[in-house]
Amino acid sequence: MTHVAATGASAAPYRDPERQSFLRRRAVRNRTVASVSMVVFLVVLAVAVTSSPGWPAVQKSFFDPTAFRESMPDIWSAFWLNVRMFLVAEPLILVLGLLIALARGLRAPMWAPLRVLAAVWTDVFRGIPTLLLILLFGFGIPALRIKGLTNEPVVWGTVALVVSYSAYVAEVYRAGIDSVHPGQRAAARSLGLSDGQTSRFVVLPQAVRNVVPPLLNDFISLQKDTALVSVLGPIEALRAAQIYASDTFNYTSYVAAAVLFISLTIPMARYTDWLLARQRRRKAAGGSW
Amino acid sequence: MLRPARSVSALASLASVLLLAACATESTPSSAGSSSPATSADACAASTLRLVTPGTLTIGTDKPAYPPYFVDDTPTNGKGFESAVAYAVAARMGFTKDQVKWTVVPFDSSYAPGEKKFDFDINQISITDKRKAAVDFSTPYFTVPQAVLTLNTSKFANATSIADLKDAKLGAQVGTTSLAFINNTIAPTQQAQVFNDTAGAKSSLSNGTLDAIVVDLPTAFYISAAEIDGSKVVGQFAVDPSADTWGLLFGKGSTLVGCANQALAQLASSGDLAKITAQWLSTDVKVPVLQ
Repeated sequence: MTHVAATGASAAPYRDPERQSFLRRRAVRNRTVASVSMVVFLVVLAVAVTSSPGWPAVQKSFFDPTAFRESMPDIWSAFWLNVRMFLVAEPLILVLGLLIALARGLRAPMWAPLRVLAAVWTDVFRGIPTLLLILLFGFGIPALRIKGLTNEPVVWGTVALVVSYSAYVAEVYRAGIDSVHPGQRAAARSLGLSDGQTSRFVVLPQAVRNVVPPLLNDFISLQKDTALVSVLGPIEALRAAQIYASDTFNYTSYVAAAVLFISLTIPMARYTDWLLARQRRRKAAGGSW
Repeated sequence: MLRPARSVSALASLASVLLLAACATESTPSSAGSSSPATSADACAASTLRLVTPGTLTIGTDKPAYPPYFVDDTPTNGKGFESAVAYAVAARMGFTKDQVKWTVVPFDSSYAPGEKKFDFDINQISITDKRKAAVDFSTPYFTVPQAVLTLNTSKFANATSIADLKDAKLGAQVGTTSLAFINNTIAPTQQAQVFNDTAGAKSSLSNGTLDAIVVDLPTAFYISAAEIDGSKVVGQFAVDPSADTWGLLFGKGSTLVGCANQALAQLASSGDLAKITAQWLSTDVKVPVLQ
């Protein structure tokens, strides 16, 4: 986007050629300065790191191409477990979190128990370290030896993640619901919509749109937290990396695992950016100004 | 690395002493050769050693430090196999008990690049060729077979061969040669479960998530005798000399390795090492060797 477009220029009928060329020159100069300063910064950083006395040892321990190649196949296949846990947990969290947020917003007196339960759920499960929840579900529930209940650690680890993240996500939803102007609800009611219809057709659509970015933020965090389930025994990517590292005394495998996690989170972050940009465009097109 | 335990067969400890003596005589001169013509008593005088803290021998181990390698999670009490070995080595190197300082070194940080905060680390660490690329090891002070532990009620309690364990759900601690053993030798049909420490493996064994766990033999004895009621050591496996010997861990290029090796050789030839082994790792239990 050129500077001219950025300032809007609001389709001016007449453009001063002198000013146009000034703006062009300034844009070129800005880009040049930005590029040079970026390059200088990176070079200084690279020189500072690689010329340090311990760099060869660090390079060998963390960035060894051979170790990277050797460890990647095992980490790659273990990473599939992270992806599966994530794919199962995410929809469950979205639904459960929404239900909890809605339960907290119930106004009728007869729903008091649900309201309290929802509040307790978020307070308790948000406060407990996720690791403890995973240990509690993964080691505790199988130890009860209840007939017919699976003792598969991956299942209970995923359940613990769902419980923990549903508490966070419920609060995100609640913030979204609160962000909808009270006038919207009042207007809907005055049009004759019931309380439930107001929520369903007026409040929630706006609320959810407002909280998509923080929700995706939570899911990026969830992707990495699937690694916590490894304390129960299953071998996921980070554990596979640790196995390689402790076998060879070389940390490069962790870098390999990080590459996989990043390759999942960066597309997601760009998707969030794109959603936000689209939202902004639509609001603008809606003629709100 | 291998973790927690009790008795080991007399044969195993005898083998470790013999192996140790053999290795010591082979490698002591070569590893010390770079700094001095021979590792003489003078070259290893406590006052001339390059230490992390001058005048003090700083020894690392993980926390918690498990029995029977350490007792009461207190390395300074001299109790437990590895604490006793560490103090014996220190004494042979010319350090009094007061001149030995312990520091906590989590296993995962023991091989970090850069300056070490310990002179040597003793933490049931197996000597392997791959690891030697990152750190230096002393000659072995112990040789230990792997063993299978299960509940008496398990259908694998009467396994008599490695093949009998193929369909078992197995678990081990991360970073141990036990895990490598499961994958390479037993090659189970279901992927092994891996835990941060033996505590996780023990929980999964007692709550029925796992059929059996693989640990080193002293640890297996310790768990079955003191920690999990109704558990038994099904069998042990033949010693793999490339994975089942434990050594002191040093930073790469440490000048102390030769002197520590010399101390270990003296402990082996004087019979002190065998005595320490017999004292802390009881030798009266017979366990069948699974083939």
